[in-house]
Amino acid sequence: MSLLRRRNRQARSAGDDALGRPMTDTPVIRFDGVGLTYPGPPPVTALRDCRMTVERGEFVAVVGPSGSGKSTFLNLAGLLDRPTTGTYELDGIDVRSLSETERTALRGRRLGFVFQAFHLLPYRTALENVALAQLYSRVSAADRRKAAAEALRRVGLGHRMHALPTTLSGGERQRVAIARALVNRPSLLLCDEPTGSLDTSTAGTVMDLLAELNSAGLTIVVITHDLHVAGRADRILAIRDGRLSADRPSGQAASAPQEPHAHAG
Amino acid sequence: MPTPDSRRGRRARGIEPSGIRRRDLAAEALAGVLQRPARSVLTMLGTVLGIGAFVAVLGLTATAGGQIDKRFDELSATQVTVADVGTGVPDDPTLSFPADADQRIGALNGVVAGGVFWPIDQARPRFAATPDADAPGAGYGDGIRLYAASPGALAAMEPTLRTGRTYDRFAESRRERVAVLGPGAARKLGITRLDGNPAVFVNGSPYTVVGIIADTRRMPELLSSVFIPAATAVQGFGEPVGPRASMIVHTRIGAARLIARQAPVALRPDGPQLFSVTPPPDPRDLREDVGRALDSLFLLLASVSLVIGAVGIANTTLVAVLERTPEIGLRRTLGARPRHIALQFLAESTALGTLGGLIGTSCGVAVVLATAVGNDWTAILEPWVVVPAPLIGSAVGLVAGLYPALRAARIEPADALRR
Ligand SMILES: Nc1ncnc2c1ncn2[C@@H]1O[C@H](COP(=O)(O)OP(=O)(O)OP(=O)(O)O)[C@@H](O)[C@H]1O
Ligand SMILES: [Mg+2]
Repeated sequence: MSLLRRRNRQARSAGDDALGRPMTDTPVIRFDGVGLTYPGPPPVTALRDCRMTVERGEFVAVVGPSGSGKSTFLNLAGLLDRPTTGTYELDGIDVRSLSETERTALRGRRLGFVFQAFHLLPYRTALENVALAQLYSRVSAADRRKAAAEALRRVGLGHRMHALPTTLSGGERQRVAIARALVNRPSLLLCDEPTGSLDTSTAGTVMDLLAELNSAGLTIVVITHDLHVAGRADRILAIRDGRLSADRPSGQAASAPQEPHAHAG
Repeated sequence: MPTPDSRRGRRARGIEPSGIRRRDLAAEALAGVLQRPARSVLTMLGTVLGIGAFVAVLGLTATAGGQIDKRFDELSATQVTVADVGTGVPDDPTLSFPADADQRIGALNGVVAGGVFWPIDQARPRFAATPDADAPGAGYGDGIRLYAASPGALAAMEPTLRTGRTYDRFAESRRERVAVLGPGAARKLGITRLDGNPAVFVNGSPYTVVGIIADTRRMPELLSSVFIPAATAVQGFGEPVGPRASMIVHTRIGAARLIARQAPVALRPDGPQLFSVTPPPDPRDLREDVGRALDSLFLLLASVSLVIGAVGIANTTLVAVLERTPEIGLRRTLGARPRHIALQFLAESTALGTLGGLIGTSCGVAVVLATAVGNDWTAILEPWVVVPAPLIGSAVGLVAGLYPALRAARIEPADALRR
């Protein structure tokens, strides 16, 4: 009961540190038979019977050929789409039962998104772009700027706060986008091809940043084509034709348990 | 551990919906308008023109109407004309006005001066400055007319005298042979000074010139006439037959319509029907006549401009929605609800409309002021025109933004981000 109350308070205060959350035993993502069929016509089953979990503090890469359903997976995990089958629990909350408004609130507070195209507003400075993250949390403008400045310093852009995105390099732009995703101290950072628009060495620095954030406790899921990038993760999940295959451990060998609860240990 | 179902229920209730502060919404809208200033200005043009025309038309109508009112107040509103229509018997020369008409009308409360006058044309008067009929400047019909005018009638014309005086009631009662010259008559007769006691000879009979008029406020058409007292005229030329006599009354402001009702009875309690009275026109009728024709045409044009303005804003906002679809997707990932997206675009279009309304109002006011200054008028800008004008702009922007805002709100975040 006290656990519940604390969780509710967290939801209201929009962003206690992910590490500070008491329920470290609850997986951040738990997919149980999740599938998505786009209605079409013709209907396309982009993801089928997906069972997996992402534990708190994990760094997971999702790889797969184009059209295999990676973005579909991310949209489902990011509450941008509703699964047509199965159950998805985010931070232990079964999101199937939530209203659209609640899903939106959860999305804004518990999830951070990083995209290949950065999606920075071109006429706003780096600071203003990052401050946008708390616009829908009724945080005062001054506090939003303070949090944004802190996030920008966190990604090493303290000196470029007032630059417009058009004057930033690709790597810097992606770091601004990461700072924006960090402001609300999310439970989960979802990155769709974060290095897709960057050259190899810049991609390396962005992945360094993600690895650093992960080692500080942030749970990260990265979608990528690039096996170098995937190699930075703790775990690699492969998708092919909408099917999530057994995950391969990357780097230090994990016990490689089988689905459905890939990392339930 | 609670059961999954109860847990779900409690958690769902614990999630507070995301929301945006009103100030932040306004700031976002303003940023949206200002980030493409040139486009915003072009978009506002229709609204600027519409609101500007609206303010200018209503302002100019009020200003012009004010001028009409002013002239009206000063002259027409203080003037009543009483015409002698007589008994209707043809060629009945009897003067309906009593001999003491001036005093009777002057006794009415609100009358400044009033008196009887008529032209003496039947006698075909010939004028000369000397008894010698062949003297220069004599001649008949040089545009000089002879008028019988009581002292009250002369006073009601509000003359300014170049020299001398007008004749008084005493001269009238004694039927003195005196005359007052209008400036045109004085020039044609060559009489400019009074020091030699000059006389004007009418058909050979002398009338001593006691004054020369420089100008009159009323009946300036009589400026080239020779005036003699009414009683003197009756004695010399008989009662008027052709054009019958009239009375001109100068009243105080506001009294004219009352005097118009009272005058016939005051003059002839026994026969008020002998007179026909012309009261001043009702100022309201006058203004409305002038106002209505202008107003309806230009307000129609202003409305057309406003519709064009609304279409312009709607179009630009729709283009902005399409252009900024990825931004919409991003905002949805940051916790924006569909209504926040709709509100943002609605606020942007409303800001455009309001800005257009403000600029249009300023332009309209400037046009009214410039016209007023150029014509030496007093600018009249009613608050009920100026104050709501920018609000009309806001309303135009709001209505124009409805459809694009709805479109924006319906965009699915996943679709928006796929771009
Ligand atoms: N809205 C949609 N309606 C119908 N089919 C869709 C829709 N979105 C995606 N798909 C299909 O679902 C499948 C998976 O798409 P998804 O975008 O997840 O692929 P992906 O793995 O992200 O590919 P890429 O690497 O090219 O980004 C594809 O066959 C795609 O055509
Ligand atoms: Mg994709």
